[in-house]
Amino acid sequence: MKSAIKLKVNGDDHELLVSPNNTLLEVLREKLGLTGTKQGCDLGACGACTVLVDGESRLSCIMLAVDAVGKEIITIEGIEENGHLDPLQAAFVEKGGLQCGFCTPGMILTARSILNEEARPTEETIKRKMAGNLCRCTGYKKIVEAVMTANEQTGEGA
Amino acid sequence: METKFNVVGRRLPMHDAAAKVKGSAQFTADLTLPGMLHGKILRSNIPHGKILHIDTSGAEKLPGVKGVVTGKEIPDRLYGIVPKARDEYALAKEKVRYIGDDVAAVCAVDPEIAEEAVQLIKVDYEELPAVFDPLEAMKEGAPLIHEGVLNNTSFSIRKEFGNAEKGFAESDFVFEDSFFSQAVNHAPLEPHAALAQYDSLRGEVTIWSSTQIPFFLRRNLSSTLQIPESKVRVIKPKVGGGFGQKIDMFAKDFCACWFAIKLGKPVKFVYEREEVFISTRQRHPMYITVKTGVKKDGTILAQQFKAHADGGAYNSTAPTMIALSCFFLMIPYHVPNLVYEGHHVYTNKPVGGAMRGHGIPQARFAVERQLDMIAERIGVDPAEIRMKNSIHAGEPHPAKFIINSCGFFDSVKKAADAIGWKEKRGKLPFGRGVGLAGASFPSGVSNMSHISSGAVVQLGQDGAVNVLSGAADIGQGAETVISQIVAEELGVLMEDVRITAADTGVTPLDPGTFGSGVTVRAGNAARLAALEAKNKLFEFVARKLEANPEDLVAANRKIFVKGSPETGMTFKDAIKGYQYADLPMPIVGRASWFPPATEPTTLFKEDGNFAPSYSFMTQSAEVEVDLDTGRVKLLKMATAHDCGRAINPMLVEGQLEGSVVGGMGQALYEDVIVEKGQVMNPSFLDYGFPTFLEMPEIETLEVETDDPIGPFGAKEAGEGTQLSPAPAIVNAIYDAIGIDFKELPVTPEKILRELEKKRG
Repeated sequence: MKSAIKLKVNGDDHELLVSPNNTLLEVLREKLGLTGTKQGCDLGACGACTVLVDGESRLSCIMLAVDAVGKEIITIEGIEENGHLDPLQAAFVEKGGLQCGFCTPGMILTARSILNEEARPTEETIKRKMAGNLCRCTGYKKIVEAVMTANEQTGEGA
Repeated sequence: METKFNVVGRRLPMHDAAAKVKGSAQFTADLTLPGMLHGKILRSNIPHGKILHIDTSGAEKLPGVKGVVTGKEIPDRLYGIVPKARDEYALAKEKVRYIGDDVAAVCAVDPEIAEEAVQLIKVDYEELPAVFDPLEAMKEGAPLIHEGVLNNTSFSIRKEFGNAEKGFAESDFVFEDSFFSQAVNHAPLEPHAALAQYDSLRGEVTIWSSTQIPFFLRRNLSSTLQIPESKVRVIKPKVGGGFGQKIDMFAKDFCACWFAIKLGKPVKFVYEREEVFISTRQRHPMYITVKTGVKKDGTILAQQFKAHADGGAYNSTAPTMIALSCFFLMIPYHVPNLVYEGHHVYTNKPVGGAMRGHGIPQARFAVERQLDMIAERIGVDPAEIRMKNSIHAGEPHPAKFIINSCGFFDSVKKAADAIGWKEKRGKLPFGRGVGLAGASFPSGVSNMSHISSGAVVQLGQDGAVNVLSGAADIGQGAETVISQIVAEELGVLMEDVRITAADTGVTPLDPGTFGSGVTVRAGNAARLAALEAKNKLFEFVARKLEANPEDLVAANRKIFVKGSPETGMTFKDAIKGYQYADLPMPIVGRASWFPPATEPTTLFKEDGNFAPSYSFMTQSAEVEVDLDTGRVKLLKMATAHDCGRAINPMLVEGQLEGSVVGGMGQALYEDVIVEKGQVMNPSFLDYGFPTFLEMPEIETLEVETDDPIGPFGAKEAGEGTQLSPAPAIVNAIYDAIGIDFKELPVTPEKILRELEKKRG
């Protein structure tokens, strides 16, 4: 049976009717129209569905919507501030850290959680922590460069 | 090379990069329409069998189900991407030929009901004996997979250039070796999807599809649905990678249209990841034997090549694939006497199709591995043997290829230097080694009919430029590159150009993304269209300036007399003036471009120039083999690529880097494991393509040539680099541990087994 829940997504509260087996991914995409969060495998194996839950990266395809109640959910649509791209988004654009763009939202949010967690992580740390996000187009090099660029800028700002 | 360009040659972000990082770029699965229904395919769970009866009543009775269709109801029209090799129905009729074959489809109010409904369909099969290996499938008495296809061999090619027998007789050494390349899945991150809608008044169906060839898809849908091409509109939204896998029409395309037409409601299909692995396409596994005759100094005198490709259950691109595999033995080396033979063989397995390199990576693995083995046997340096046999621009070619520009020799040198060849080859401690391998690839094809592109360029009242192109950007950046070409030709800035691409109802004809021909083909069409628009404007400006139109140039939003930048006007003022002179607006340029062919030839019969231009490349690798675990660490990969002039070096690098890592997966990890027709690893977790952790240091080296045919001298960059990373890596493994691997992938198990043998 469906139940009414309240989810806080990108700063706004939404009252939703969901089934107990609805994943957070399904609710974001189908009920809230936030299609920037992608479904690549539905098994938690590719990272395309990554969102931030209380600031940490989580795979929304293997998280139940009901488990996200009371938490702060941020999707790719929610990291711009006042119409300005997040430094990570800007770095992915400038450094060519994307091709088809399907893995990109997940990549950016995983990187966001790494930078939220640790000031100026090394390239090795970034590679290790992003290993759950797959990309078939870029060979990863320009993604690492983009994250390192944003990393340096974040450091300068702090 | 000194650049005289303003927009071409610049490292510009993709024009849709902001949409992609914001999550607002829309892929097919992201689209919804009011009242949309959801579809699901029922797939065969046996490798080979006759369909005796399908009972759909259970599915039809399920509340929420709106439609069910089986092969019986659909028109009796075979489809296939190559017209002469059509052998597939959108939904199987009478027979299934592999586990995963499309049997029936349902559509329902939500995806869960559709999923439940397909499980309620009961299919009675009469199971038939199945065959899973192409060499077995060719034998007398093997189960026949398609009626009338003898020995299950659906296509064969054999050609000889020069006199191979004589060449072998004159050789100092003749070597024969056999190789095997495995099945590889393209694994684009976006699963295949389609959404269709029907306008019953106009009798017109519109489909949004994750396709890399919208105009071919239109043709295939028209033919299988039995409605005119003009009544099918294919729109390509963002496509999340294709690598060749999205070249074919699939059941999801046909069934979305079928239900939309029958029910009058929009219908969406999205494949699951498992379906992408099992039921779309994969790189053909291939058995190859190469016999090569050389002189003492390593000069190649003759080569004989025999390939058997495991096609799986259907043809897809079969004739093209096996022909390409053979054709590209003729470059990048001089092979004066060559005989090749290729066979495409059906098995009861997932279907082979086009994949980045399209039949050539398998051939290059064999040839480039054998070249290293020969170099070792006769005591010649592997880099030297490649340079010695390199072809050069302008030389006569045995198969009448016209090679206008060729950076192969330089690419070997550059890739060798970048990996530290002289200091490292044969000199590193046991367990560490370097290797290299070369290749060549076409920039599209010349000698086939209907491979031409169109473009329309419209100059707006405020100086903005609108481009219509049929090119299919699938993430490689085609729209960006075409926009740069147009901006350069018109002398405007990148931000002045807006491009609309790949909507068969709006944009001009284009064959789509395959054969690495987009930049040359669609780029030339766009450049010519821009030129036509520019010439109209120049005529007016020339009158105003009292100059000759031929003396005008356009750059940085200005039009001026060559050599006197002060005599001119801004682009915007020129357009304003044009308009107020009562000349007809808008200014429109239109063009169609067809690769020049010196004589009409077909791929399969005659000799002749194959492509408008050819790219050349060498990859070099340094590896470290863990002697205890057998794991190979790829430390560095250098790739030297002659892509003519790079329109956008950042995007070219991205293509090369992605290709290298894809090739690395093919060399070391990836393998679609099939047991008795069942794919055993149809998930990202079990399949395991390279992640951030395996990523090597990558150095991309430009070998710039200026090709006379490509737009601003450009050649292909998307596919060629995936041809030779695998042999380069396996050649490096030989240098590291002295073992010649001839089968891909080179897994830790294989390495440990061979090391064990070696130790005795």
